[in-house]
Amino acid sequence: MALSGLDIYKLLPKTNCRKCGFATCLAFAMQIAKKSTTIDKCPFMSEESKSMLEASSQPPIKLITIGSQENKLEIGNETVLFRHEEKFHHPCGIGFILEDTLTQAQTKEQIEKIKSLNFERVGQHLDINLIALRHTGEKERFLKLVRTVLESTSFGLVLISSDPQTLKEALQASAGKNPLIYSANKDNLEAFSALAKEFGAALVAKAADLSELEALAKELSAKGVQQIILDTGAKSVQEKVWDLTQIRRQALKKSNRALGFPVLTIVDNPDPYAEAIEAATYISKYSGIVLIKGTESWEVLSLLTLRQNIYTDHQKPLKIDAKLYPVGAVSDKSPVLVTTNFSLTYYTVLGEVEASKVPAYIITIDTEGMSVLTAWAAEKLTPEKIASSMDKFGIKDAVSHKKLVIPGYIAVMSGELEDKTGWQIFVGPKEAAGIPSFLKKNSPS
Amino acid sequence: MAAQQILEKYSGVVSTVQIGATAGEGGSRKSNILIGGQNTMPFLSAEGQIPHKPVVAFEIWDTPPLEWPKALLEAYGDVVGDTVAWAQKAAGDFKAESLCLRLQGAHPDFGDKDADSEVKLVSKLLESVDLPLIVLGSGDDAKDNQVLPAICEAAKGQRCLIGSAVSDNYKTLAAAVLADGHNIIAESPIDINIAKQLNILISDMGLPLERIVINPTIGALGYGLEYAYSIMERARLAALAGDKTMACPFICLVGHEAWRAKEAKASISEFPLWGEDVPRGVLWEVITATALLQAGGDLLVMRHPLAVEKIKKYIDNLTQK
Repeated sequence: MALSGLDIYKLLPKTNCRKCGFATCLAFAMQIAKKSTTIDKCPFMSEESKSMLEASSQPPIKLITIGSQENKLEIGNETVLFRHEEKFHHPCGIGFILEDTLTQAQTKEQIEKIKSLNFERVGQHLDINLIALRHTGEKERFLKLVRTVLESTSFGLVLISSDPQTLKEALQASAGKNPLIYSANKDNLEAFSALAKEFGAALVAKAADLSELEALAKELSAKGVQQIILDTGAKSVQEKVWDLTQIRRQALKKSNRALGFPVLTIVDNPDPYAEAIEAATYISKYSGIVLIKGTESWEVLSLLTLRQNIYTDHQKPLKIDAKLYPVGAVSDKSPVLVTTNFSLTYYTVLGEVEASKVPAYIITIDTEGMSVLTAWAAEKLTPEKIASSMDKFGIKDAVSHKKLVIPGYIAVMSGELEDKTGWQIFVGPKEAAGIPSFLKKNSPS
Repeated sequence: MAAQQILEKYSGVVSTVQIGATAGEGGSRKSNILIGGQNTMPFLSAEGQIPHKPVVAFEIWDTPPLEWPKALLEAYGDVVGDTVAWAQKAAGDFKAESLCLRLQGAHPDFGDKDADSEVKLVSKLLESVDLPLIVLGSGDDAKDNQVLPAICEAAKGQRCLIGSAVSDNYKTLAAAVLADGHNIIAESPIDINIAKQLNILISDMGLPLERIVINPTIGALGYGLEYAYSIMERARLAALAGDKTMACPFICLVGHEAWRAKEAKASISEFPLWGEDVPRGVLWEVITATALLQAGGDLLVMRHPLAVEKIKKYIDNLTQK
């Protein structure tokens, strides 16, 4: 947790020597708190104070990187418990577990299926991030699986094994790919921390009990493992929600460094609905990585969409391109509706226009991603702007009539808009839900 | 050293709302349902009391929902043409705990059924099925102001949950709900300030806050879900911090929103990359519900029986003592 100016002041020599360039130690402390200067400007600070200040300037949840190049996954560095307080920063990694019991043909089939799991929504690509490989039997079989996956995909890898020698060979085979090692516990931590250090790889620390997990993470850090991810193992969804909440609170509210790492959860449920429900819970509640087995497109689509929703930055609204959107089998008689380019507004209007089954044009005005009322109040949705957008998007060439439907909330600009455009203005409903009945009543004859 | 658990102790409590009245309570329901009453964030029973589980109500209509997607219509079969049979199927085959009747057919554009015929329907429904009842108007303010007071009167004593009151049309409904002993749904457009203001306006009319359920207005997964998610978290945190005007349980119209999404409705032939359509639609409703439960939803109105089954199991898993 960041220290306040007064907290920092207490750590300074309080001599007001001015060597730092500021008039007083307090003024210097305030500037450090604002991050506009650095502690090394004070030549008299004790080593102890220095290390406390350095620790406090690190993010409470460490940023961990898995994988390499374009498929690099970065998780952690989260700062809040609730997304409205700021935002969730690094979308959690979603991956699939493949076991070494699969035949070569099954492996290839699964890999092809996983590669097909990418979607586009609201102008963004939704992709999965990881493939986790689980070692269950002989070493050679597992290594073959690792090589097959490495040859055919560039996803980040999670290597799941309890045998250090097998892992060592798997890590050698995946050199440069920066995989994640799963997992260290109190009995194997010597061998596993040595592996993580040798290959510079991130390592999962696993313990069911939070105190044990904290102790384990501390020991791993003391052994020089820098990239740590936490796991509290298989538990009920109720217990997992509690663990995830506790770990996030420990990191943010108590600056508990040993638990200041992202958390990984593994969902193991043969029912795809139940598996998706659990995964969705962990996506919402702070998990940094969620591993599942089910690869059904419909399951993965809903999970990736949820991740997109939860990790959307509410301070920077999602925008769509401002342009003319035809909906359905439009003709030159189709009605023309105006709305803003705020994604949610546009997609809500779009949904209702589609539901009405009346083909129509939607013109979106560039309101910098504001909704109708907000944009109107901020003068981003003005008669001038609507008129110029209509010209720019060539609506005159698209339809043969001159009738424009505007949102009910901006009814007040009807007259001026009519003057500016020469079009007849129809005031539509205030809420998008009223669009279907409006369009049915007013559909072109 | 062992990690000291961080427990949040909140001063506020969400109010408990009772829906349905038994014979002993002046109604004719077999049992009532209670929602709310918690003094902690969702499912963190390790640090607070969560006396009542979230409840799922089945949505049924007064008119055949012809525009519902195939996946939904097939789940119910012919009964969607007969509201009472539909309710009985939900109560019997699908073990519904509560029903939510939407008076869609009263809307001027969807049948324009008059108050008398809606009253007859509700009376018959109350005689045929003994579950606690939620009634939603058609969404047309003028029409709802005719129909809903008549429903309130006909269902007097049954302690229904009736909605929706909105900020520019709440007085008629609040007066009727108050007179006939029901609870009210206060609906606000994903806006925490309007939600609070509406609760104050309604309680100023004499209807206690303990008889208000907030409909925060939700978006489906992929369609603004995150706005409702954060509004609900904010409102709930305010309630737990002691703001009584925000301390009402939430009702979420999950089925209504989820099944409007393209991802729930489109056939596999339109979007082959999205996979099989029926489970896709069911899961769209399920994941919308999952996220809203985690944001604080207390009463979910849902449509697909399989989605309800999966969510009820999830709620059980989250609320084991």
